[in-house]
Amino acid sequence: MKNLKPHTRRNLITFIGLAVVWIVVTVLRGQGVLGRSASGLLVPICCYVVMALSLNLTVGIMGELSLGHAGFMGIGAFTGIIVSQSLMRAVPSVPLRLIAAMLVGAVFAGIFGFLIGIPVLRLRGDYLAIVTLAFGEIIKELITCLLVGVDEHGLHIIFNYKGLKGVEDLHLSETGQVIIKGAQGATGTQPIATFNAGMILIFLTLFIILNVIYSRTGRAIMAIRDNRIAAESVGIEITRHKMIAFVMSAAMAGAAGALYGLNYSNLVAAKFDFNTSILVLVFVVLGGLGNMRGSIIAAVLLYVLPEALRSMHDYRMLIYAVVLIAVMLATNSPIAQSFFARFRFGRKGGDEE
Amino acid sequence: MEFLSYLISGISLGSVYAIIALGYTMVYGIAKMLNFAHGDVIMVGGYISFCGMMYLGLNGWVALLLAMAVCTVLGIIVEGLAYRPLRQATSLAVLITAIGVSYLLQNTALLVWGATPKVYQSLIPLTDASGAPNALRLMGGRLSISYMSLLTMAACIIIMVGLTLFTSRSKMGKAMRACSEDKDAARLMGINVNTTISVTFAIGSALAAVAGVLLCSFNPTLMPTTGSMPGIRAFTAAVFGGIGSIPGAFLGGLLIGVIEAMAKAYISTQLANSVVFAVLIVVLLVRPAGLLGKYVPEKV
Amino acid sequence: MSEQKKRPATKMVPVQTHAIVPDRDADKSPILECHHLGIDFGGLTAVNDFNLMIGRTEIAGLIGPNGAGKTTVFNMLTKVYQPTRGVILIDGHDTSKMSTAQVSRMGIARTFQNIRLFKEMSVADNVLVGLHHEMDYRLPSAILRLPDFWRGERIARERALELLSIFDMQDMADAKAGSLPYGAQRRLEIVRALATNPSLLLLDEPAAGMNPSETSDLMDNIVKIRDLFHIAIMLIEHDMNLVMGICEGICVLNFGEVIAKGSPDEIKQNPVVIEAYLGKKDKKEAQ
Repeated sequence: MKNLKPHTRRNLITFIGLAVVWIVVTVLRGQGVLGRSASGLLVPICCYVVMALSLNLTVGIMGELSLGHAGFMGIGAFTGIIVSQSLMRAVPSVPLRLIAAMLVGAVFAGIFGFLIGIPVLRLRGDYLAIVTLAFGEIIKELITCLLVGVDEHGLHIIFNYKGLKGVEDLHLSETGQVIIKGAQGATGTQPIATFNAGMILIFLTLFIILNVIYSRTGRAIMAIRDNRIAAESVGIEITRHKMIAFVMSAAMAGAAGALYGLNYSNLVAAKFDFNTSILVLVFVVLGGLGNMRGSIIAAVLLYVLPEALRSMHDYRMLIYAVVLIAVMLATNSPIAQSFFARFRFGRKGGDEE
Repeated sequence: MEFLSYLISGISLGSVYAIIALGYTMVYGIAKMLNFAHGDVIMVGGYISFCGMMYLGLNGWVALLLAMAVCTVLGIIVEGLAYRPLRQATSLAVLITAIGVSYLLQNTALLVWGATPKVYQSLIPLTDASGAPNALRLMGGRLSISYMSLLTMAACIIIMVGLTLFTSRSKMGKAMRACSEDKDAARLMGINVNTTISVTFAIGSALAAVAGVLLCSFNPTLMPTTGSMPGIRAFTAAVFGGIGSIPGAFLGGLLIGVIEAMAKAYISTQLANSVVFAVLIVVLLVRPAGLLGKYVPEKV
Repeated sequence: MSEQKKRPATKMVPVQTHAIVPDRDADKSPILECHHLGIDFGGLTAVNDFNLMIGRTEIAGLIGPNGAGKTTVFNMLTKVYQPTRGVILIDGHDTSKMSTAQVSRMGIARTFQNIRLFKEMSVADNVLVGLHHEMDYRLPSAILRLPDFWRGERIARERALELLSIFDMQDMADAKAGSLPYGAQRRLEIVRALATNPSLLLLDEPAAGMNPSETSDLMDNIVKIRDLFHIAIMLIEHDMNLVMGICEGICVLNFGEVIAKGSPDEIKQNPVVIEAYLGKKDKKEAQ
């Protein structure tokens, strides 16, 4: 490895940057510089970074617009909570339980990703987008109908789609505990998520995604994105490769969701609605399609921005909206581009073509 | 009898969706963009007509006209400022901008009108002075159709027929169809593409205002987020019928409304949305371009 | 260079007399056979009763006026379109149940009339996509960067550069494919097609947009590729100098029907072909 390829060097810098941030934040927390509210943001930021990375795999690398990514996060969150709460007695070790929760969350989200991928990946463009939106909303509503409890006999699950049943229908024994109460969501969860777990998850996700991108599978996926028919004509199986990307993306979102869910004692399924999917999509687009480092930076900045503007409470979302539109116009309109091109050194005027 | 009354409420709800979907589908057909801010124009229409009635003391119908006028102007401004500079950009960039516009409209409404729901006064009161439902009674009073429902259905049919005639007969309508087929060719034929797109947004936004008034007449709580869910539902309806197709939007809207009403009545109130979306998924699998959409295979 | 994979042994079927297969291939089975191939688009017959055989190392031409259905034939051979009628045999195997990707693995590679590169990817990556099935490591090896990943990637990259060197393009390996000049994009498409290790290469208007000197280079290169890889090449082309210069057998298509087959000399003399290209001398006289 004497001569690093440009992308290898770029990725190395990203990893080093992440490690530096990890150390700095840990030191700052140790010194008590970070306040309670800032510390409370760390885990959600990690979760959204992983969400942005995983969605970038679908949107940037595979090239299909998904508007239901929060659905996978929701699946991961609630399976993670169920796993963690029900293993409370069997596995007293918190880190072990967290790992188990994230793993199961990822596996479940991956399975759903596969099942949803079968119909979804047959469609194209805006039709694919609307169907992912539909699945995201369906997942959210299905979780809202769940009643889950645990006691020494195991898990008790009711699918309360008529909305007529209550917690008492779970028939839990006296030592039993209700984990999910339908529309009220998960209550009384033991919050075990930590910033370190979040950083490890980011490292792992980034490592997997980058290694997949720079492999035959990643090239095949990007080839399909750039030209489906040409990719098929050189022997690339379209559905198989799209499915790999989609399932991986879903599983990573599931792991992020599990971490997210275990960061709060109360969590409702409505959290994982269309707006959350859009939020993550905005991270991905502003960070740059296919640009993993951009996704990380955009997710952190855009998650912190509304929080930093909290003092301006009423105006903060307004400012957020204006920033969003302004950035899109500045980066995409031809007028703005020629304006910026003037300041680019070493190059004359606007690019031809 | 019960079934019939559910069906009617579904059709009247569906008529509102159809009106919104028509706006969606026209904008998509010509600008090839998913205008996520469309739902929020509905909300603005609702608020403007509310203010017209409450603060200016206008008659409901005059307030409707006011709302249409304001939304038309809003649509043209939004298109000119936010979407026009992105004509050559990727569809994803335009989509994110539309989302930004949607946030902007919602949060401006939040600042101006506050988060507390406003109680909207129906265009035609749903109940008369004595509290009895203001409705047309059929079959010896066993089936009643509120006048508001009748008005909505009539409005939907008039708009749909009007739009069909407009796009097929008028000069501007033909220009719209030309632009949706091929903008460059249309430009070479002397069509002003920017004006045509502006007019499309103007019509779509005016329709959204009508939909806003109708929607609030049925469901009198008006909030800054009032438009989002009907917007998504109508978007679904447009895709369902085949996005870009005017009869498709009409059919899609009605079907979505009916399916939603039936799902609420016979399956589960909680899962009504899921049922609607599940039907959409099945339809798209069987007909990948929607019910009345044309599937155009890629040329090799 | 020619570390060709072992192909299934030829079946030594005697070639039928009506086929235009070069003498040196006459003792081998044809690489491609089309029998009564046809396709309809919504009631409109685009290609009808198309019969063809191509020898193992033949360079064949498919010509005809615009809209004659030439590209449609390529699209059927690669299963981009599903034929309505008829049979396609590649190396004796029926392709009717196969997908485009499977046909590619059977040994048909192609280029496109309207260049279809993976524009956002580098030149080398474009070729590496073509070498996808030459690499045999699995996804977990890639994620964990196991030794077989490195080995597979190294061999594939060497092979990619070697293939690029046919057209002297090895120095452009890291450039973005979409940024290449037009002629280089056409050549890259050919390299990418060759990377799939084909037995039959379909070239759709390879000389389109090229000047005479580029075209003459291309002609040399097409022959060079055939000699180097021992493969059959079929090309669609409007440049008659190219077609008459390098093709051994030519098939002329008009309105979806084959109107003539034969050697370049036979085709040049054929009155039906001349009529199809130039029109009838005098319509009244013809009646």
